[in-house]
Amino acid sequence: MSTILDSKIPEGPLAEKWTNYKAHQKLVNPANKRRLDIIVVGTGLAGASAAASLGEMGFKVLNFCIQDSPRRAHSIAAQGGINAAKNYQNDGDSVYRLFYDTIKGGDYRAREANVYRLAEVSNSIIDQCVAQGVPFAREYGGTLDNRSFGGAQVSRTFYAKGQTGQQLLLGAYSALSRQVNKGTVELYTRYEMMDLVIVDGRARGIIARNLVTGKLERFAAHAVVIGTGGYGNTYFLSTNAMSCNGSAAVQCYRRGAYFANPCYVQIHPTCIPVHGTFQSKLTLMSESLRNDGRIWVPKKLEDAKALQAGTKKANDIPDEDRDFYLERRYPAFGNLVPRDVASRAAKERCDKGYGVNSTGLAVFLDFKYAIARLGEDVVRQRYGNLFQMYEEITDENPYKTPMMIYPAIHYTMGGIWVDYELQTTIKGLFAIGECNFSDHGANRLGASALMQGLADGYFVLPYTIQNYLSDQITVPRFSKDLPEFAEAEKNVQARIDKLMSIQGDESVDSIHKRLGLIMWEFVGMGRTKEGLQTALEKIKAIRKEFWSKVYIPGDKVGMNTELEKALRVADFIDMGELMAYDALHREESCGGHFREEHQTEEGEAKRDDANFSYVACWKYTGEGNTPEMIKEDLNYQFVKVQTRNYKA
Amino acid sequence: MEKTINFTLRVWRQKDAHSKGYFEDHKMEGITGDTSFLEMLDILNERLVREHKEPIVFDHDCREGICGMCSLYVNGHPHGPEGGCTTCQLFMRKFENGSVITVEPWRSAGFPVIKDLMVDRTAYDKIMQAGGYVSVNTGAAQDANAILIPKKVADEAMDAASCIGCGACVAACKNGSAMLFVSAKVSQLALLPQGKVEAARRAKAMVAKMEELGFGNCTNTGACAAECPKCVSLSNIARLNREFIKAKLKD
Repeated sequence: MSTILDSKIPEGPLAEKWTNYKAHQKLVNPANKRRLDIIVVGTGLAGASAAASLGEMGFKVLNFCIQDSPRRAHSIAAQGGINAAKNYQNDGDSVYRLFYDTIKGGDYRAREANVYRLAEVSNSIIDQCVAQGVPFAREYGGTLDNRSFGGAQVSRTFYAKGQTGQQLLLGAYSALSRQVNKGTVELYTRYEMMDLVIVDGRARGIIARNLVTGKLERFAAHAVVIGTGGYGNTYFLSTNAMSCNGSAAVQCYRRGAYFANPCYVQIHPTCIPVHGTFQSKLTLMSESLRNDGRIWVPKKLEDAKALQAGTKKANDIPDEDRDFYLERRYPAFGNLVPRDVASRAAKERCDKGYGVNSTGLAVFLDFKYAIARLGEDVVRQRYGNLFQMYEEITDENPYKTPMMIYPAIHYTMGGIWVDYELQTTIKGLFAIGECNFSDHGANRLGASALMQGLADGYFVLPYTIQNYLSDQITVPRFSKDLPEFAEAEKNVQARIDKLMSIQGDESVDSIHKRLGLIMWEFVGMGRTKEGLQTALEKIKAIRKEFWSKVYIPGDKVGMNTELEKALRVADFIDMGELMAYDALHREESCGGHFREEHQTEEGEAKRDDANFSYVACWKYTGEGNTPEMIKEDLNYQFVKVQTRNYKA
Repeated sequence: MEKTINFTLRVWRQKDAHSKGYFEDHKMEGITGDTSFLEMLDILNERLVREHKEPIVFDHDCREGICGMCSLYVNGHPHGPEGGCTTCQLFMRKFENGSVITVEPWRSAGFPVIKDLMVDRTAYDKIMQAGGYVSVNTGAAQDANAILIPKKVADEAMDAASCIGCGACVAACKNGSAMLFVSAKVSQLALLPQGKVEAARRAKAMVAKMEELGFGNCTNTGACAAECPKCVSLSNIARLNREFIKAKLKD
């Protein structure tokens, strides 16, 4: 049976769609808002901004996070900045240009109407954040400062030192705190969503685990919103925080929400290279560094060998023997090409043997030239905290010797499928922020994740959710004793009991690490049909091993951090498998998805628009079964689909 | 190959908030210098799990020094003796071979222990909820450049805003005072024109909540700023005091 996906894109010219939608959508009056409950899972930029805005509007909001405070969500770690089409720099920016850059950056695999709306509300986000007291960088005249980022030829990125995500999240967190104080939002910290509860085909609640007591609890509402981030930690090593996980999304997928484009994963070009086997995570060096740093490897293989052996240092290599490969290959954008392009170019050089550290898996990011041009003080002012962080981790001074960087898993463009209203294929279930698939196509541009999280939470969902809730005003609050709640809780308890009863001899982390290595090797930067088939077999074997050999110490009651990790890894295994299925089926290269069979002679990604210009939406068909794929065609009506060109 | 070190890890164990805690010693061998302090705990935990023992519970998340989740008293200092960094950014190359490294949870009345090294910091959220914001609803903002803010003021506000809410200031203070945390938020918002409007109300509300939650008084020892991983300045406390007195005089 085939299902037709209705993306609910409003009629009319691109620039008028959102205005028209807002003018004609249904609203809920203030008295009725008080009678409607909304669960928001997650307190990152998307979750916190949504919970705060919905609370301000008068809905009763229940907001959940797994950390001890909403302020810990991983949005806090975003360094570089947030895009907006303000054109304060008078350099030719506009809503259309931000829209166009995002569509092009996404390699023509995103929905036009969604991306246009994102660009349209971007300016309001900056206004909102400034009003909240977010201390953005300023010019001497008192106006806001901007910097440039990859994939754009204008300076449209607003920033707060190298801590933009932190400041934006604290802004959203303060708005959220204000609503908690007013009583419109109830906050549940150290709670983890375990399952979605569906009553008569609509999302009506969640089962959550209190991480301190270990008890399962039921929560009911008229609508459920998940803003739980991406699934990058499937790879074990990534720039994500340790507790980032894909479990809430996987739970919704198992309950019937379609999962879109799971293979679109962003590999960030500028991360600190992997060092030892006990490394727990990878640290990102902000993309903003590519504004002033020049990326290079040696031209001569013998120099690379000497660097790898430690017999030569970066500064021993004269300028004429340095290969600034991004400037060479992409003269128009140079070091500021989009992330997918920069990552693949680094891999290409390292695969050919030109890597510069002991493992041969690193390239240089050099500030010598910027220091000569601007002086050390200016460089320190712009990037001081990043340089300091680099030195703390690597024990090397980047003012004196070039940084070493290598690509790492950073962000997932794929996610729960949503329509224009951010509603999933389950009625009453909404997905926002990185958790959904909506705006970035096959590759996300830098400084756009913060933009999308806040756009969804402040300016999109608070409107669109009313269109859904307007006919729910007569629905009374739900009893948590309904059989659907009991069934969901029973299933979660059974899963926990099963995990605790295995009593094998392998730790959760050791299995997760092995999964990560499979994912990185076969579903990473370069993918092949054969490799993906191997990955599917190996993941199946890992699943079997996990469910028969994992060992979890401690009790079911009380805090049990190993059990928490085990529950997440069980879902990462399913997620990894889904990513491999998607990557295998997509016989083209686009954005973050690079199939080695599909490249040009120059090694650039080769898209196949005739056959793959669609969103691949995966439907769950039961444990261990091959999922069913449903297509949402991408009809480009306003932009001419082209091959991306960052050369000229 | 980088040099490795051996040492004894003396770590606090406590089953839950109501149980009595105790120190437990673990021999650590062959730890490389580029291992972070938390990765060192991961290594120990992996070993404990293999021995079918319960791993040591500690708070951690981003491991980039920005989320404020990690804590720990290391050798008597919040976030370790290094200064200017969080525990997750502390590396084993800073420790001596053959030493004893003592690890404890934050010890403060305001932050009760949940388990082992993990403490409850919800008091910080409650202080924020009492007034740590500008009262502006979504959609009610004017154009961002309509408010001109001198660069110096914006930079100063940014420095105050760099607080990560980890609780090290409270842990470092002999009185268990949360003044540095409160003053950082009060300063950030009082410096900016957007936050000036309700500066008095904010200062009073946040200080009142802090006192209500059992945090101690500030006696200007300066331990908080000295141990702050983000080097939040003591001058924020002076500004909070000024804001607070101004607010009280107006009453």
